[in-house]
Amino acid sequence: MIRYAFNRLLTTIPVLWIAITICFFVLRMAPGGPFDGERPLPEAVKANLAAHYNFDKPLIEQYFIYISDVVRGDLGPSFTTLDFTVSEQIAIGLPYTLILGGAAFFVSILLGVAAGVYGALNRDTYSDHVLAALILTGLVVPNFLVAPIFQLVFGLQLEWFPVGGWGDGSLRYLILPVAVLSLPHIARISRLTRGSMIEALNTNFIRTAHSKGLSDRAIVWRHALRPALMPVISYLGPAAGFLLTGSLVVESIFGIPGIGRYFINAALNRDYGMVLGTVVFYMVLIMLLNLIVDIFYAWLDPRVRTR
Amino acid sequence: MSIRSIKENIVEDTFTEAVETSGRSLIQSAMLRFYRNKAAMLSLIVLCLLILAAIFGPYFVPFNYEDPDWSAFRAPPSFESGHYFGTDQNGRDLLARTLYGTRVSLTVAFVATLVSVLIGVSYGAIAGYLGGRVDQALMRFVDIMYALPYILFVILLMVIFGRNVFLLFAAIGALEWLTMARIVRGQTLSLKEREFIEAARATGLSTPAIIFRHIVPNLAGPVVIYAALTIPEIVATESFLSYLGFGIQEPLTSLGTLIAEGADVMEVLPWLLFFPAAFLVTLLISLLFVGDGLRDAFDSKERKR
Repeated sequence: MIRYAFNRLLTTIPVLWIAITICFFVLRMAPGGPFDGERPLPEAVKANLAAHYNFDKPLIEQYFIYISDVVRGDLGPSFTTLDFTVSEQIAIGLPYTLILGGAAFFVSILLGVAAGVYGALNRDTYSDHVLAALILTGLVVPNFLVAPIFQLVFGLQLEWFPVGGWGDGSLRYLILPVAVLSLPHIARISRLTRGSMIEALNTNFIRTAHSKGLSDRAIVWRHALRPALMPVISYLGPAAGFLLTGSLVVESIFGIPGIGRYFINAALNRDYGMVLGTVVFYMVLIMLLNLIVDIFYAWLDPRVRTR
Repeated sequence: MSIRSIKENIVEDTFTEAVETSGRSLIQSAMLRFYRNKAAMLSLIVLCLLILAAIFGPYFVPFNYEDPDWSAFRAPPSFESGHYFGTDQNGRDLLARTLYGTRVSLTVAFVATLVSVLIGVSYGAIAGYLGGRVDQALMRFVDIMYALPYILFVILLMVIFGRNVFLLFAAIGALEWLTMARIVRGQTLSLKEREFIEAARATGLSTPAIIFRHIVPNLAGPVVIYAALTIPEIVATESFLSYLGFGIQEPLTSLGTLIAEGADVMEVLPWLLFFPAAFLVTLLISLLFVGDGLRDAFDSKERKR
């Protein structure tokens, strides 16, 4: 088990390194420097800036400086927000993003699994079809469309929840963003669960459990659910990544001061340092989450380890 | 097994094959399955109507998508004024804008899908046909790209290359080919063991000629199916980027841009959000069903389930 985890970690590191390298060089290919403003800067100022940001060194040297900084957790300077480095800005935004993403993660799993099990147990009934239609809607309607509609209906018309912002961080402010963020994942997880649950209910060991005289509840929750959850668990890694990218939109729309909003603003303002730093940070985070999910999966299903 | 039974088997095989060829070809039977799929057929009709409206619609609307109507600013939808979808804050007719936006969104989707098909098919076919180390290296690269958050990459590219529409096509297409490459590689691996490829090699054809004249044409089925499933994904991606302000910019417009504009004023001018949103959702649903229907019709494994 530990060996599997170690091997998996070893394969993650080169992937991460290549990814960071690609991002670094792609951004350096960009036409024009980050300081080409509307007003041309005096040569001396330009030279000073270039020296400060290491732009006067050869590209390959800049690359090695950047990599060694990243390894030490320094994601470099921001080009527009001069008072904060990228790492500092990320540290400010991270708690909001993590709370939002984490809440959406658990809501997606809980509701998705519940809806999937319900659909599998009530297969081809009226309520299953209604549920399937709802799920399809959740899958197809993009989150940047769901968000304003929710704001309009629940925020402005019914006035149940605040339209945006973080406020004091209480639950009221979280409900709408979490709902928007988790909707597509509730849909996907419930589809996965429904399919694998139906498959699990048709297996021999479930028939045996029935013939032993176990109650339906025990069969569903203790015996069928476990194997049925395996595909859901393998989806959780990608889901964590999708939640992070989805939170870009949700944070912007609901005005939550997380990393996503910093990233969008930085990208719109062409703050290369911030964009590069945030992308690198996102990649590290997503790959770590994938790693955790994979290891968890291997712990649950020993067949994966020996493969 | 006795010789007789083998012979019987052979006779049986040829017989069934003969029946199949004289009856329906693979494509014909797939088409038949598609016709019987009501959801897919309905979606196909809706999709065709949308495409026709996007191509020809703007010529029938008396207003231009970027010219203001000085007599009607912020006009709600009405039949009398001729603004069936209403107008926006600048007096521009929303019907004309929505049709034009649909056209742009569809164009981006088709061009990006084409780019992704071109890259994915060549990449997958080369990896699968050459095999060995080349295959391993090429597919390992695909694995790495898979691990990256793709939307961040697109935004990164958009930041660098500015808001150029054609680069947007290329950027999305250039990152969407990964799954296509995997599917094509898998198909190529089995195709290259077939007799006609051996025959082509025996006639002394060069490797590129074998790949592009003999392997690639035989991949048409899975490629078409997967391309059909890629289109809605790209439509969604494009509108996502346009919504955030990285994609299509004024004076051009796309469904995502229109939704972003509409969402800002949804409280006072709700029609500006409603009509583009309805178009986008209809487009996505019909594309999805057509793609699903195609897959069910062609893919025998999916059918048995």
